[in-house]
Amino acid sequence: MSTMMSDQSTAQVLEDLRPKRSWRQARSNIMVMLMGLAALVIVVPLVFVIGSVISRGAGVVFRDFPSFFTKKIPIKSEDIGPGMGPAIVGTMLITGFATLVAVPLGILGAVYLHEYGGTTKLSKLIRFLATVMTGVPSIVMGLFIYVIFTLRFGLSGVGGALALACLMLPVVIRATEEMLRLVPGNLREASYALGTSKSRTILTVVLPSALPGIVSGCLLAVARAAGETAPLLFTIGAARAVQGNIFKGANTALPAQIFENAKSLFPGAQERGWGAALTLVGIAFLFTLTARIVSSAYQKRR
Amino acid sequence: MSQLQEHLMSAESTGNEPDISPAVEAVSSRPVFSLKNLEVHYGAFRAVGDVSLDIREKEITAFIGPSGCGKSTVLRCLNRMNDVIPSARVGGEVLYHGVNLYGEGISPTEVRRRIGMVFQKPNPFPKSIYDNVAFGPRVNGVKSKAKLDDIVEKALRGAALWDEVNTRLKASGLGLSGGQQQRLCIARAIAVEPEVILMDEPCSALDPIATARVEDLMLEMKSRYTIVIVTHNMQQAARVSDRTAFFTTEVNPESDRRTGRLVEFDATQKMFSMPSDERTEAYVTGRFG
Ligand SMILES: Nc1ncnc2c1ncn2[C@@H]1O[C@H](COP(=O)(O)OP(=O)(O)O)[C@@H](O)[C@H]1O
Ligand SMILES: [Mg+2]
Repeated sequence: MSTMMSDQSTAQVLEDLRPKRSWRQARSNIMVMLMGLAALVIVVPLVFVIGSVISRGAGVVFRDFPSFFTKKIPIKSEDIGPGMGPAIVGTMLITGFATLVAVPLGILGAVYLHEYGGTTKLSKLIRFLATVMTGVPSIVMGLFIYVIFTLRFGLSGVGGALALACLMLPVVIRATEEMLRLVPGNLREASYALGTSKSRTILTVVLPSALPGIVSGCLLAVARAAGETAPLLFTIGAARAVQGNIFKGANTALPAQIFENAKSLFPGAQERGWGAALTLVGIAFLFTLTARIVSSAYQKRR
Repeated sequence: MSQLQEHLMSAESTGNEPDISPAVEAVSSRPVFSLKNLEVHYGAFRAVGDVSLDIREKEITAFIGPSGCGKSTVLRCLNRMNDVIPSARVGGEVLYHGVNLYGEGISPTEVRRRIGMVFQKPNPFPKSIYDNVAFGPRVNGVKSKAKLDDIVEKALRGAALWDEVNTRLKASGLGLSGGQQQRLCIARAIAVEPEVILMDEPCSALDPIATARVEDLMLEMKSRYTIVIVTHNMQQAARVSDRTAFFTTEVNPESDRRTGRLVEFDATQKMFSMPSDERTEAYVTGRFG
């Protein structure tokens, strides 16, 4: 009798636990499908962009490899052939200088805001302004530097670097502050309990534990800035030769060359534009990849 | 101004050992701390009030009581850790060898060099075992590698951890087990040679075996340090401490917030066998808590 009972209830339980075909289930399936579709739609333009840059650029870059990266840009646009050397050097110089300005300033600012400013009016204001600055279109930033710098000192690499630095600064501040917030409070307490001063605690405990996150945030900001075009057009011009001295004279960079060559009617110039585009995408990809590696090394260490 | 006071006020460590030995060496155990009408507010909330007690040298003093009665709050007054919490305000006096730690011109940093702390949750730095222990001495300006090696070994031995980790001092402190991490934190605290070690529920995150090791360690350390331990485990207080303070909460008449109070403070043996207050008795016999 009792086994009968238990058999019956086992069967019943099994039945109860089976998935039910219901409207709810169907609705859930439909939603999952829609989300999958949305994800696909997001990827499509990305694939096309990368695809077209590679298909049009790879031929150019690798036909003249590696001289595409080293040779000067032809003086006459109608010439066919390499290269983009000056633009690559220019991008590195200008982005590098921008990084040199924006990263230390941004990190110091963020440390002040998070560790010392707290919730004072001043730091709230600065934080708000940094957020607003994130939303300023890059062309406006270029105009700004044009008005306060370029009009006075003429076209130069530094002008471009300053414009890029202004674009990077809020990103660096935000990323750093976010990472500082993630440092567990009990680590600070542990340090204070050993008789460590606040500044020393920040230097020896807080910053080292936040460093990988800060580095990867900064790398993303650099990658982003390296591709900016609009602010450069106002400030460095679009020369064909790089100026070793970024403080004087018109300069060149990859985005500026892409812009110039894409406008050109000559096939040779257009080719070089595509090659430059591929080079720029490659550089940005390298920075992004490095950022990922740094932050995943960080995850593992925790 | 006493010499001690001067020392606590100096921002820079002078390097020479302060002379805090008493003129008379008669009494076996003199008070290191005297709390006088200590009270702590968090904002407008009075978390604990009217606490007066003496903590004696080279003894283990335990704070027990139901959670929320202010044990941690009082403990954190002893090395000015409450300064880290912006809303905390401390009233009354915390006399350390007669010097009010909350008096004018006392540097919290200097206070904490002499009064170390171990927390409830083991909190080693994400650095190597060696660097964890060497952290405090380095902050105090010890640079020589040989000297640091020596301090690290001594501290790890002092925390009964040396035999388990001496082959992997360069490995991360986070790779140790919970109990080992807590002993690492104890080693880190004793590496700066404090006079007092405050422990806030140091075993609550540990299993019974690790707990037993830490308790043994405390008893061993008693010959060199004054220890104050917060615990919600009455057996632990009974096992390790010389004196026990029992705190409880009282409901404020005007608001329904609870304020912590010291109910009774006496030799541990007396507290657990024949307490004078019936609330203590109810608590230690498990009828309330
Ligand atoms: N940082 C804080 N801010 C505000 N209130 C606090 C803070 N820390 C503790 N309290 C309050 O103070 C009272 C005592 O807390 P605590 O000292 O942690 O008690 P115990 O350690 O005995 O459990 C509690 O009511 C608690 O909510
Ligand atoms: Mg507590």
